[in-house]
Amino acid sequence: MNTDMQASPQTMFTETEIGKQKRWIENGMRIFFLVMTSLMILPLLLIIGYLFYKALPVLSFEFLFTNPKDNMRAGGLWAPFLGTIYLVVVSLLVSAPIGVFAAVYLNEYARENWFTRLTNLAVVNLAGVPSIVHALFGVGAFVLFAGLGESILAASLTLAIMTLPVIIASTTEALKAVPMSFREACWNLGATRWQTIRRIVIPNSISGILTGVILQVSRAAGETAPIMFTGAVFYKAIAEGNLFAYNITEQCMALSLHLFTISTQVPDVTEGVPYGTAIVLVGSVLLVNAAAIVLRVYLRTRKKW
Amino acid sequence: MNILRKKSTANLPFSETAIELFIRLCGISSIIFVFGIFFFVFREGAGFLFGGLDLGQFLTSVEWQPTSLNNKRYGAFALIVGTFSVTVLAMCIAVPFGLGAAIFVSEFCSPKLREAFKIIIELLAAIPSVVWGFIGLTLMNQLIITVFKAPIGLTMLNGGIMLALMSVPIIVSIAEDALKAVPDSYREAAEALGATRWQVTYRVLLPAAKNGLLAAVLLGAARSIGETMAVLMATGHSVNIPSGPLSWIRTLTATIAAELGEVARGDEHYQVLFIIGILLFTITFVVNLIADLVIKGIRQEQ
Repeated sequence: MNTDMQASPQTMFTETEIGKQKRWIENGMRIFFLVMTSLMILPLLLIIGYLFYKALPVLSFEFLFTNPKDNMRAGGLWAPFLGTIYLVVVSLLVSAPIGVFAAVYLNEYARENWFTRLTNLAVVNLAGVPSIVHALFGVGAFVLFAGLGESILAASLTLAIMTLPVIIASTTEALKAVPMSFREACWNLGATRWQTIRRIVIPNSISGILTGVILQVSRAAGETAPIMFTGAVFYKAIAEGNLFAYNITEQCMALSLHLFTISTQVPDVTEGVPYGTAIVLVGSVLLVNAAAIVLRVYLRTRKKW
Repeated sequence: MNILRKKSTANLPFSETAIELFIRLCGISSIIFVFGIFFFVFREGAGFLFGGLDLGQFLTSVEWQPTSLNNKRYGAFALIVGTFSVTVLAMCIAVPFGLGAAIFVSEFCSPKLREAFKIIIELLAAIPSVVWGFIGLTLMNQLIITVFKAPIGLTMLNGGIMLALMSVPIIVSIAEDALKAVPDSYREAAEALGATRWQVTYRVLLPAAKNGLLAAVLLGAARSIGETMAVLMATGHSVNIPSGPLSWIRTLTATIAAELGEVARGDEHYQVLFIIGILLFTITFVVNLIADLVIKGIRQEQ
């Protein structure tokens, strides 16, 4: 072996000036983008931490289970909290079946033509309509035209239409994940289209569909503008501890509107109460979202195909 | 799915036909609802739109005096400017961060870290708008007063920051999809030529994904234009042509939210609010349509 040949690969792989510069830029960019991304975590933690810190004096079991009192300057969250549950449940009962079946149509029945494109475009645009325009629609269609008046029913229907795209989008994704061979096997056994959907497609995508439904709940619970004029009311006293205290043809309070009211319309509110309301609202929404995420992660680890 | 379509449907039991009809009805429900929204909002506002409202004044005048007794004016120009200025400000903040985060998550990140970031972005997107408004009203208000020595912190800047935080998640997720849609062979070819990750991103991926990134920005902007509660609570709510980030503004959405509760049905003022609704619907519809066409455009190219 001669020494020349040993040395040459080493010189070849020594870092050149340009190489060094490239590496610096590379690492610099990586850190720059990391910082940018991390800056988005900051507001999330900061906001939750700040709200929680400010709300700490009022947070208790009682806070959740007593009505607001003294013209909403003090007291708890029972009436708004129960109202939000009513609104979410009723809107879910409407939008879950329509949304799931709409996704079934788009994924299992629709052909590739202009009409299907139009339908997909409508879903995208429905998701893009501003929440306050949904409120105007709710007033025009449900409160006035359908004669429901300002009621839980009218507000829930408005919420249901607004959150429909959430369910359609995630259900479509879940249905798409079911392999085509599953359907083909079922058809070959002589099953009809609906039988295949009911026995094979939906059971195999049920957890994905559930994730979408959970996300709908979180979205509906946080909305304010669509319910402001269609059924949510500033103040309404109801029986504490009674889960059936509301009637769906009447108005109700809601957490999101309550937060808006006590932070902008009511003077001299007890220090911690708005923060407490905000943390209960954010807390429930994030908890519901976390549930959806856990379900999705669990699903991925358990997937059979 | 084409195999079954050729099958005759004549022998199917009644229940099967009924359920298929129901599914088809649900399928087109989105179309019905979009038309329904336009129809019912239009229906409430149409009377005044075609009989009485001076459209030129509506679109160009800054005088918004709907409750004045002897000199009612419906000039929405200041509101339109308010909506667009706060949206532009929000996009100035959100676009660099959103695209930066999308690039990091899609190109520079380990898979585990990517999952973690995506979950955080999803949680950020889930925070209700009224809570953002509340943060603007309390935390950000204090912050702006201390930092800029402003008399009141409820300004365009405040609303812009809140809207930026709300639209960042949309921008990140759509921009990330766009980057992911660029075929891996592009990356491999560039890397084989000795390009670093950043060079690949800057010279190859960004040009290849530019339509998708544009769509991401458009959808983020559409979200900002339509946002109601956060701007209602955080921007000072005063009809005003803004002179800088620290001036008060009022947006189209906030005007509807603030005034609809106080007007009598059928009133001119009430109908004007619905006309503003039509305007908002049209703006967001067009922006969403453009974004959709842009996305569809790339898909056909590939």
